[in-house]
Amino acid sequence: MADAAVGEADAILDRAAAWAAAGRGVALATVVKTWGSSPRAVGSQLVVDDTGAFEGSVSGGCIEGAVVIEAQRAIEDGEPRLLDFGVSDEEAWEVGLACGGSIEVFVEKLA
Amino acid sequence: MKAETLARLRTARAERQPIARVAALDGSVDAVVEDGEGPLPEPVLEVARAALKQNRSHDFEHEGGRWFVQVFNPPLRLIVVGAVHISQPLIGMASGLGYDVTLVDPRGAFATAQRFPDVEICDEWPDDALEALGVDGRTAVVTLTHDPKLDDPALHVALRSEAFYVGALGSRRTHAKRVERLVEAGFDEAAIGRIRAPIGLNLGGRAPAEIALAIAAQMTEALYR
Repeated sequence: MADAAVGEADAILDRAAAWAAAGRGVALATVVKTWGSSPRAVGSQLVVDDTGAFEGSVSGGCIEGAVVIEAQRAIEDGEPRLLDFGVSDEEAWEVGLACGGSIEVFVEKLA
Repeated sequence: MKAETLARLRTARAERQPIARVAALDGSVDAVVEDGEGPLPEPVLEVARAALKQNRSHDFEHEGGRWFVQVFNPPLRLIVVGAVHISQPLIGMASGLGYDVTLVDPRGAFATAQRFPDVEICDEWPDDALEALGVDGRTAVVTLTHDPKLDDPALHVALRSEAFYVGALGSRRTHAKRVERLVEAGFDEAAIGRIRAPIGLNLGGRAPAEIALAIAAQMTEALYR
Protein backbone atom coordinates (compact mmCIF):
# COMPACT_ATOMS: atom_id res chain seq x y z
CA MET A 1 0.00 0.00 0.00
CA ALA A 2 1.45 3.30 -0.98
CA ASP A 3 -1.33 5.79 -0.67
CA ALA A 4 0.91 8.51 0.66
CA ALA A 5 2.79 8.20 -2.60
CA VAL A 6 -0.27 8.76 -4.77
CA GLY A 7 0.27 12.49 -5.19
CA GLU A 8 3.90 11.78 -5.85
CA ALA A 9 2.99 9.28 -8.60
CA ASP A 10 1.08 12.04 -10.38
CA ALA A 11 4.01 14.40 -10.07
CA ILE A 12 6.30 11.82 -11.66
CA LEU A 13 3.96 11.00 -14.54
CA ASP A 14 3.46 14.70 -15.16
CA ARG A 15 7.20 15.32 -15.08
CA ALA A 16 7.83 12.45 -17.51
CA ALA A 17 5.25 13.85 -19.93
CA ALA A 18 6.59 17.39 -19.63
CA TRP A 19 10.18 16.36 -20.24
CA ALA A 20 9.17 14.19 -23.19
CA ALA A 21 7.13 17.07 -24.64
CA ALA A 22 10.21 19.28 -24.30
CA GLY A 23 12.13 16.83 -26.47
CA ARG A 24 14.26 15.36 -23.71
CA GLY A 25 15.11 11.67 -23.42
CA VAL A 26 13.24 10.22 -20.46
CA ALA A 27 13.47 7.01 -18.44
CA LEU A 28 11.37 5.68 -15.57
CA ALA A 29 12.72 3.62 -12.70
CA THR A 30 10.22 1.63 -10.65
CA VAL A 31 10.70 -0.39 -7.46
CA VAL A 32 9.30 -3.83 -8.36
CA LYS A 33 10.36 -5.82 -5.31
CA THR A 34 11.74 -5.23 -1.85
CA TRP A 35 13.15 -7.52 0.81
CA GLY A 36 13.72 -6.66 4.44
CA SER A 37 13.54 -3.07 5.55
CA SER A 38 13.44 -0.97 2.43
CA PRO A 39 12.58 2.69 2.77
CA ARG A 40 10.30 2.94 -0.27
CA ALA A 41 7.28 0.86 -1.19
CA VAL A 42 6.94 -1.29 -4.29
CA GLY A 43 5.70 0.96 -7.09
CA SER A 44 7.76 3.98 -6.02
CA GLN A 45 9.18 5.72 -9.06
CA LEU A 46 11.93 7.95 -10.24
CA VAL A 47 11.89 9.83 -13.53
CA VAL A 48 15.21 10.69 -15.13
CA ASP A 49 16.11 12.77 -18.17
CA ASP A 50 19.11 12.44 -20.47
CA THR A 51 21.09 15.04 -18.51
CA GLY A 52 20.68 13.11 -15.27
CA ALA A 53 18.06 15.44 -13.81
CA PHE A 54 15.58 13.41 -11.77
CA GLU A 55 12.47 13.62 -9.64
CA GLY A 56 11.01 11.13 -7.18
CA SER A 57 12.80 8.42 -5.25
CA VAL A 58 13.23 4.67 -5.17
CA SER A 59 15.10 4.30 -1.91
CA GLY A 60 15.01 7.47 0.10
CA GLY A 61 18.37 8.51 -1.26
CA CYS A 62 20.49 5.37 -0.89
CA ILE A 63 20.79 4.25 -4.50
CA GLU A 64 19.39 7.07 -6.59
CA GLY A 65 22.82 7.93 -7.96
CA ALA A 66 23.36 4.47 -9.39
CA VAL A 67 19.81 4.27 -10.74
CA VAL A 68 20.14 7.61 -12.50
CA ILE A 69 23.29 6.41 -14.29
CA GLU A 70 21.56 3.22 -15.45
CA ALA A 71 18.53 5.26 -16.52
CA GLN A 72 20.74 7.48 -18.66
CA ARG A 73 22.21 4.34 -20.27
CA ALA A 74 18.69 3.06 -20.93
CA ILE A 75 17.81 6.35 -22.61
CA GLU A 76 20.86 5.89 -24.85
CA ASP A 77 20.42 2.25 -25.86
CA GLY A 78 16.66 1.82 -25.36
CA GLU A 79 17.11 -1.43 -23.41
CA PRO A 80 15.19 -2.02 -20.20
CA ARG A 81 17.15 -3.00 -17.11
CA LEU A 82 16.38 -4.89 -13.94
CA LEU A 83 18.70 -3.70 -11.17
CA ASP A 84 19.34 -5.40 -7.86
CA PHE A 85 20.57 -3.54 -4.84
CA GLY A 86 21.14 -5.34 -1.59
CA VAL A 87 23.32 -5.51 1.46
CA SER A 88 25.25 -8.38 -0.10
CA ASP A 89 25.90 -6.33 -3.21
CA GLU A 90 29.25 -4.59 -3.08
CA GLU A 91 28.09 -1.79 -5.31
CA ALA A 92 25.07 -1.20 -3.10
CA TRP A 93 27.37 -0.74 -0.12
CA GLU A 94 29.28 1.75 -2.17
CA VAL A 95 26.19 3.73 -3.04
CA GLY A 96 24.93 3.47 0.51
CA LEU A 97 22.10 0.96 0.82
CA ALA A 98 23.30 0.01 4.25
CA CYS A 99 19.77 0.17 5.61
CA GLY A 100 19.47 -3.61 5.88
CA GLY A 101 17.19 -4.30 2.95
CA SER A 102 17.46 -4.96 -0.72
CA ILE A 103 15.40 -3.73 -3.62
CA GLU A 104 14.91 -4.49 -7.27
CA VAL A 105 14.38 -1.62 -9.69
CA PHE A 106 13.03 -1.81 -13.24
CA VAL A 107 14.44 0.87 -15.51
CA GLU A 108 12.87 1.59 -18.87
CA LYS A 109 13.06 4.27 -21.50
CA LEU A 110 9.95 6.28 -22.34
CA ALA A 111 9.57 5.63 -26.03
CA MET B 1 7.11 2.60 -21.24
CA LYS B 2 5.27 3.59 -24.37
CA ALA B 3 4.21 7.21 -24.69
CA GLU B 4 0.66 5.92 -25.20
CA THR B 5 0.79 4.09 -21.86
CA LEU B 6 1.92 7.24 -20.11
CA ALA B 7 -0.86 9.26 -21.77
CA ARG B 8 -3.53 6.73 -20.72
CA LEU B 9 -2.24 6.65 -17.16
CA ARG B 10 -2.38 10.43 -16.92
CA THR B 11 -5.87 10.63 -18.44
CA ALA B 12 -7.20 8.03 -16.00
CA ARG B 13 -5.60 9.84 -13.07
CA ALA B 14 -7.16 13.14 -14.13
CA GLU B 15 -10.59 11.47 -14.39
CA ARG B 16 -10.25 9.63 -11.05
CA GLN B 17 -10.51 6.27 -12.83
CA PRO B 18 -8.64 3.25 -11.46
CA ILE B 19 -6.00 1.94 -13.85
CA ALA B 20 -3.21 -0.61 -13.69
CA ARG B 21 -0.08 -0.75 -15.77
CA VAL B 22 1.25 -4.21 -16.58
CA ALA B 23 4.78 -4.80 -17.85
CA ALA B 24 6.86 -7.86 -18.61
CA LEU B 25 10.21 -7.12 -16.97
CA ASP B 26 12.12 -8.12 -20.10
CA GLY B 27 10.44 -5.15 -21.77
CA SER B 28 8.37 -7.26 -24.18
CA VAL B 29 4.91 -6.29 -22.89
CA ASP B 30 3.59 -2.88 -21.83
CA ALA B 31 -0.16 -2.47 -21.42
CA VAL B 32 -2.81 -0.90 -19.22
CA VAL B 33 -5.89 -2.45 -17.62
CA GLU B 34 -8.98 -0.30 -17.28
CA ASP B 35 -12.48 -1.45 -16.29
CA GLY B 36 -10.89 -4.85 -15.79
CA GLU B 37 -9.94 -5.13 -19.46
CA GLY B 38 -6.77 -4.82 -21.48
CA PRO B 39 -4.82 -6.49 -24.31
CA LEU B 40 -3.38 -9.19 -22.07
CA PRO B 41 -3.85 -12.93 -21.45
CA GLU B 42 -6.70 -13.74 -19.06
CA PRO B 43 -4.48 -14.94 -16.17
CA VAL B 44 -2.54 -11.67 -16.32
CA LEU B 45 -5.78 -9.67 -16.40
CA GLU B 46 -6.90 -11.50 -13.28
CA VAL B 47 -3.69 -10.56 -11.49
CA ALA B 48 -4.22 -6.92 -12.49
CA ARG B 49 -7.87 -6.89 -11.37
CA ALA B 50 -6.93 -8.34 -7.98
CA ALA B 51 -4.07 -5.87 -7.60
CA LEU B 52 -6.41 -2.94 -8.24
CA LYS B 53 -8.88 -4.27 -5.72
CA GLN B 54 -6.20 -4.71 -3.07
CA ASN B 55 -4.50 -1.45 -4.07
CA ARG B 56 -1.19 -3.30 -4.20
CA SER B 57 1.50 -3.14 -6.89
CA HIS B 58 3.60 -6.31 -7.09
CA ASP B 59 5.70 -8.55 -9.29
CA PHE B 60 4.49 -11.94 -10.48
CA GLU B 61 5.39 -14.82 -12.78
CA HIS B 62 3.61 -15.69 -15.98
CA GLU B 63 4.71 -18.45 -18.35
CA GLY B 64 8.23 -18.44 -17.00
CA GLY B 65 8.73 -14.68 -17.25
CA ARG B 66 8.68 -12.02 -14.56
CA TRP B 67 6.03 -9.35 -14.76
CA PHE B 68 5.00 -6.32 -12.74
CA VAL B 69 1.60 -4.79 -12.14
CA GLN B 70 1.52 -1.21 -10.93
CA VAL B 71 -1.71 0.04 -9.45
CA PHE B 72 -2.84 3.61 -9.99
CA ASN B 73 -5.99 4.01 -7.96
CA PRO B 74 -7.60 7.44 -7.81
CA PRO B 75 -5.90 9.87 -5.46
CA LEU B 76 -7.20 10.08 -1.95
CA ARG B 77 -9.47 13.02 -1.44
CA LEU B 78 -10.42 14.97 1.63
CA ILE B 79 -13.48 17.18 1.76
CA VAL B 80 -13.32 19.62 4.65
CA VAL B 81 -16.60 21.31 5.54
CA GLY B 82 -15.95 24.54 7.37
CA ALA B 83 -13.23 27.12 6.85
CA VAL B 84 -12.32 27.29 10.53
CA HIS B 85 -9.10 27.46 12.50
CA ILE B 86 -8.57 23.67 12.51
CA SER B 87 -9.04 23.54 8.74
CA GLN B 88 -5.83 25.40 8.03
CA PRO B 89 -3.37 22.90 9.56
CA LEU B 90 -5.55 19.94 8.51
CA ILE B 91 -5.44 20.99 4.87
CA GLY B 92 -1.66 21.27 5.02
CA MET B 93 -1.22 17.89 6.67
CA ALA B 94 -3.63 16.13 4.32
CA SER B 95 -1.89 17.62 1.30
CA GLY B 96 1.39 16.30 2.61
CA LEU B 97 -0.20 12.87 3.01
CA GLY B 98 -1.17 12.89 -0.66
CA TYR B 99 -4.82 13.94 -0.46
CA ASP B 100 -6.52 16.21 -2.95
CA VAL B 101 -8.29 18.60 -0.60
CA THR B 102 -11.45 20.58 -1.22
CA LEU B 103 -12.65 23.11 1.32
CA VAL B 104 -16.41 23.64 1.42
CA ASP B 105 -17.93 26.66 3.11
CA PRO B 106 -20.77 28.73 1.69
CA ARG B 107 -19.99 31.57 4.09
CA GLY B 108 -17.96 33.85 1.87
CA ALA B 109 -16.25 35.62 4.74
CA PHE B 110 -14.78 32.37 6.06
CA ALA B 111 -13.46 30.62 2.98
CA THR B 112 -11.36 33.33 1.43
CA ALA B 113 -8.38 32.64 -0.79
CA GLN B 114 -6.44 34.90 1.53
CA ARG B 115 -7.03 32.68 4.57
CA PHE B 116 -6.77 29.49 2.52
CA PRO B 117 -4.37 30.18 -0.32
CA ASP B 118 -3.39 26.61 -1.23
CA VAL B 119 -6.66 24.74 -1.49
CA GLU B 120 -9.58 24.40 -3.85
CA ILE B 121 -12.49 26.30 -2.28
CA CYS B 122 -16.13 25.51 -2.97
CA ASP B 123 -18.78 27.96 -1.75
CA GLU B 124 -21.80 25.76 -2.55
CA TRP B 125 -24.05 24.49 0.22
CA PRO B 126 -22.30 21.38 1.62
CA ASP B 127 -24.77 18.74 0.35
CA ASP B 128 -24.70 20.21 -3.15
CA ALA B 129 -20.92 20.46 -2.99
CA LEU B 130 -20.48 16.84 -1.91
CA GLU B 131 -22.95 15.56 -4.50
CA ALA B 132 -21.10 17.48 -7.19
CA LEU B 133 -17.69 16.24 -6.08
CA GLY B 134 -18.91 12.64 -5.93
CA VAL B 135 -17.88 10.98 -2.66
CA ASP B 136 -16.26 7.60 -3.36
CA GLY B 137 -14.42 4.94 -1.37
CA ARG B 138 -11.18 6.91 -1.51
CA THR B 139 -12.72 10.03 -0.05
CA ALA B 140 -12.67 11.27 3.54
CA VAL B 141 -15.26 13.79 4.76
CA VAL B 142 -14.62 15.97 7.79
CA THR B 143 -17.16 18.47 9.14
CA LEU B 144 -15.80 21.25 11.32
CA THR B 145 -18.34 24.09 11.33
CA HIS B 146 -20.11 23.27 14.64
CA ASP B 147 -23.23 24.49 12.82
CA PRO B 148 -25.88 21.82 12.15
CA LYS B 149 -27.17 23.84 9.19
CA LEU B 150 -23.85 23.20 7.45
CA ASP B 151 -22.52 20.00 9.00
CA ASP B 152 -25.72 17.93 8.81
CA PRO B 153 -26.33 18.20 5.05
CA ALA B 154 -22.71 17.16 4.45
CA LEU B 155 -23.11 14.20 6.81
CA HIS B 156 -26.30 13.12 5.04
CA VAL B 157 -24.42 12.81 1.76
CA ALA B 158 -21.33 11.27 3.39
CA LEU B 159 -23.34 8.59 5.22
CA ARG B 160 -25.05 7.56 2.00
CA SER B 161 -21.67 7.30 0.26
CA GLU B 162 -18.77 4.86 0.43
CA ALA B 163 -16.49 7.44 2.08
CA PHE B 164 -13.78 5.56 3.97
CA TYR B 165 -13.76 8.15 6.72
CA VAL B 166 -16.48 10.42 8.09
CA GLY B 167 -15.56 12.64 11.01
CA ALA B 168 -17.51 15.39 12.76
CA LEU B 169 -16.07 17.94 15.17
CA GLY B 170 -17.96 18.51 18.40
CA SER B 171 -18.19 17.38 22.00
CA ARG B 172 -19.99 14.23 23.11
CA ARG B 173 -22.99 16.39 23.98
CA THR B 174 -22.99 18.04 20.57
CA HIS B 175 -22.70 14.64 18.97
CA ALA B 176 -25.60 13.22 21.00
CA LYS B 177 -27.82 15.99 19.62
CA ARG B 178 -26.46 15.32 16.15
CA VAL B 179 -27.33 11.65 16.48
CA GLU B 180 -30.91 12.58 17.44
CA ARG B 181 -31.24 14.72 14.33
CA LEU B 182 -29.79 11.99 12.11
CA VAL B 183 -32.18 9.39 13.55
CA GLU B 184 -35.01 11.79 12.83
CA ALA B 185 -33.73 12.15 9.29
CA GLY B 186 -33.99 8.37 8.89
CA PHE B 187 -30.41 7.17 9.34
CA ASP B 188 -29.99 3.87 11.15
CA GLU B 189 -27.53 3.00 13.88
CA ALA B 190 -25.02 1.41 11.51
CA ALA B 191 -24.87 4.50 9.33
CA ILE B 192 -24.60 6.89 12.25
CA GLY B 193 -21.96 4.64 13.83
CA ARG B 194 -19.65 5.41 10.92
CA ILE B 195 -19.21 8.98 12.18
CA ARG B 196 -15.98 9.47 14.12
CA ALA B 197 -17.05 11.67 17.01
CA PRO B 198 -15.54 13.11 19.04
CA ILE B 199 -13.28 13.42 16.04
CA GLY B 200 -9.66 12.30 15.90
CA LEU B 201 -7.42 9.91 17.78
CA ASN B 202 -7.17 10.74 21.46
CA LEU B 203 -3.71 12.31 21.45
CA GLY B 204 -4.56 14.79 24.22
CA GLY B 205 -3.68 18.01 22.36
CA ARG B 206 -6.15 20.90 22.17
CA ALA B 207 -4.39 23.35 19.86
CA PRO B 208 -5.82 23.56 16.31
CA ALA B 209 -2.76 21.91 14.77
CA GLU B 210 -2.87 19.16 17.40
CA ILE B 211 -6.53 18.44 16.67
CA ALA B 212 -5.74 18.47 12.95
CA LEU B 213 -2.99 15.93 13.59
CA ALA B 214 -5.39 13.73 15.57
CA ILE B 215 -7.84 13.83 12.63
CA ALA B 216 -5.17 13.16 10.00
CA ALA B 217 -3.86 10.25 12.09
CA GLN B 218 -7.35 8.78 12.43
CA MET B 219 -7.91 9.11 8.67
CA THR B 220 -4.68 7.21 8.07
CA GLU B 221 -5.74 4.51 10.51
CA ALA B 222 -9.15 4.20 8.82
CA LEU B 223 -7.46 3.81 5.46
CA TYR B 224 -5.24 0.92 6.45
CA ARG B 225 -6.91 -0.88 9.35
